Order: sequence, then structure tokens, then C-alpha cells
Amino acid sequence: MNINLTMIGQAIAFFIFVVFCMKYVWPPIMAALQERQKKIADGLAASDRAARDLELAQEKSAQELREAKQQAAGLIEQANKRAAQIVEASKDDARKEGQKLIEQAKAEIEQERNQARDALRAEIATIAVAGAEKILETSVDASKHNEMLEKLAAEL
Amino acid sequence: MAGSASEYIQHHLQNLTYGKLPAGYERADGTVLQDATWTLAHTGKEASDMGFWALHIDSLGWAVALGALFLFIFRLAAKRATSDQPGGLQNFVEVMVEFVDQSVKETFHGKNKVIAPLSLTIFCWVFLMNLMDLVPVDFLPQLFHLMGLEYMKVVPTTDVNVTLGMSLSVFALIIYYSLKVKGVGGFVGELTLHPFSSDNLFLKILLVPINFLLEGVSLIAKPISLALRLFGNLYAGELIFILIALLPFWAQWALSVPWAIFHILVITLQAFIFMMLTIVYLSMAHEDSH
Repeated sequence: MNINLTMIGQAIAFFIFVVFCMKYVWPPIMAALQERQKKIADGLAASDRAARDLELAQEKSAQELREAKQQAAGLIEQANKRAAQIVEASKDDARKEGQKLIEQAKAEIEQERNQARDALRAEIATIAVAGAEKILETSVDASKHNEMLEKLAAEL
Repeated sequence: MAGSASEYIQHHLQNLTYGKLPAGYERADGTVLQDATWTLAHTGKEASDMGFWALHIDSLGWAVALGALFLFIFRLAAKRATSDQPGGLQNFVEVMVEFVDQSVKETFHGKNKVIAPLSLTIFCWVFLMNLMDLVPVDFLPQLFHLMGLEYMKVVPTTDVNVTLGMSLSVFALIIYYSLKVKGVGGFVGELTLHPFSSDNLFLKILLVPINFLLEGVSLIAKPISLALRLFGNLYAGELIFILIALLPFWAQWALSVPWAIFHILVITLQAFIFMMLTIVYLSMAHEDSH
């Protein structure tokens, strides 16, 4: 066990190794470690943010769904109302049309009745004369009894 | 390995020494040197006669090789370091770095760019040097014997020069940071005015030598204990491996395997203790606690 120069040699080697380690080994590894730490922290923060965003989006979509439902309900109600209105209106129209038709028919009937009556009236004199001739067995001078016949026709 | 057990043990505990032998020195083979010569020691006696001017080539060589291995691996990982998904090597290196960083942060609260990489270097380097203890004791020395080198001690931390070299470097850092943080006056005051202090100026001056003795001893004890703790543990461990190697080859495993398994703990623990104490000493040097 001799104390000798080895001690100084070892000290020099030690010094060189420590300096090398300090300059070329420690900083890059520490930098990588710290960078990774930062990356992980950033990633965690990002995932937190994403989760929050997702929650917000879900809320928003739920709200929009609700609004859409409301809108749809409103539309349906409106449509129903409108349909009822249309039905009502067409019923009205139909009623009016029917009334009109009935009135038209009535007027036509009236007209035809009047026509028939007029025709009848025109013929009644002849029929009455013929009838009277049969009864009297003589001819009736139409011109002589014209006045009476007209009176009769007017009575019809 | 021919020779008696004690020769075998001594041979295993002898470093490969390159040093200066004085002029007129009679070498082991009987030749007498004309001039002072730098040469490899052929015996343990020659090695110790070289005195201070000698290098343990094996300790230093293995230490530098292992340190370079550590830095090579870590530098490789540092170059490829990415903040994306790390590979296997990066994972391992990151675990080590984070472990050391955590240890430093728990103990040292100031701002210092040196302490953390210093601790990493100490831990990994000491660990690797200790790890050489688990290589079978005869394996590498025999290999180098075939290459013509008489002595080969492969565990650098069983050489007190290596541990002292490191702990004295740490000691230098302790002094440097003490002076830097507290100033010369503060550091001297810390050494002389505590732990005993008085409001009386005369008494204060009287207490200075006592304080200086106490604080000086505790200061000097730091590097010595740091070095000797590591050295002692590893030296003892190595010695036991050598003793086990003296058994017949078919019986060695019964002792060497349990001891090696236990030694894994010692190796890691001693590396950790060396690192931890370095951090503690340096953080004490940064604190104006008194």
C-alpha cells in the first residue's frame, strides 16, 4: 500500500471525467427529460381541453336538438291549423256552390214551369174549344168567344 | 501460481508499478543500477522502494478505461437523447440520471451546476471500478501474466491511491466552495469560532485554538474517511475472494458464489455512499449554518 503518483493521476482523470460529464452528458439528458416532462404536461392539458370541448359540444348539440324539436312541433301545429282552415274553407265553398246549384236548379225549374204554363196556356184555349165543341156538338166560333177564352186562360 | 499461500496473496495484492529507482539501487535480480531509472517494478520491494515517484499502471489504467466506458455509454445516450419515446439505453441512462438528480435535490438546495454531474460521475465510475471485484480473481491477472506482465490488480478501488485521489478532489471542491460561498473570513471563522463561542473577546481568542483543532480534525477527517471507507470495503472484499481462491477449485463455488452475491450489495452501496457523502459535504460547504 504505497502512496504515490497514482493518486494525482486519479485526481486528474477524475477532474477530466467530471468536466466531460458536466459538459457533454448531463445537459442533453436533462434537456430531453425536461422536454418530455413538458410534452406530457402539454398533452395532459390538451386532453383536458378536449374533454371540456366535447362536453360543450354535447351540450350544444342537445340544445340544438331541443330547439329543432320545438320548431318541428311549431311547424306541425301550424300545418294542422292551416289544414283545418283549408278544410273549413273548402267546406264553405262547397256549401256555397251547392246553394248556388240548388238556386240555379230552382230557377231553371221555375222557368220551365213558366214555359210549360205558357205553353199550356196557349194550348188550353184550343183544348177548351175542342172540349166545348164536343159538348155542344157545334163548332164554336173562336173569334166570337175569343174574349171568354182569354179570360179562361188568364184564370189558369 | 506456484508458491505458498502468502506468496499467492501478496502477489495478488501487488500493483503493476512503474516508477523511478534511485542510482546505485540493487534490483531483485542482483543487477545494480548506474543511474536513476524509470522502470517497471519486478517485486513488491522494488515497488515500495520507488517511493512517491511511481505510478500504479494497472489501477490507473483500469480506472481510466472504466471511466471512459461510463462516459462513452452515457455520451452515446446523451447524443441520441430524445424527448419522444426513449430506447433501452436511453431509458437506463435516464433512470441513472434521475436517480442521481433526485439524490442531489433532496440533499443540496442551492444552485450549482457541478454537483449533479459530479455525483453521477462518482456513482457510475466507482460502481464500475467496484464491479471489477466480481471478475474471478485469477482471470485477468493470469491473462496479463501470459502477456508478460507480472502484476495486475484489476479493481482500482482496492488501491488506496485511487480512492484518495477522488476523495482529495472532493476535498478540494469542499475548500473551494467554502471559500467561494462564505469568503475567506467566513471560512476561517467557521473553523475557529465554533463550536465553542463566547461573548467575551478574551475568552473568544482563548477558544480559537480549541475550535480550530476540533473543526480542523473534522474537516480533514472528511476526505480520509471517504477514501478509506471505500478502499477498506473493497480491499477486504477482494482479500476474501483471494482467500477463497486458495481453496481447491471444486470447493470454491460454495463460498465464492454467496460472497459474490453479497458483494453486489456492497459494491452498489459503497458507490452510493461515496456519492451521497460527496453531496452532503458539498452542501455543507454551501451552507452558512453556524
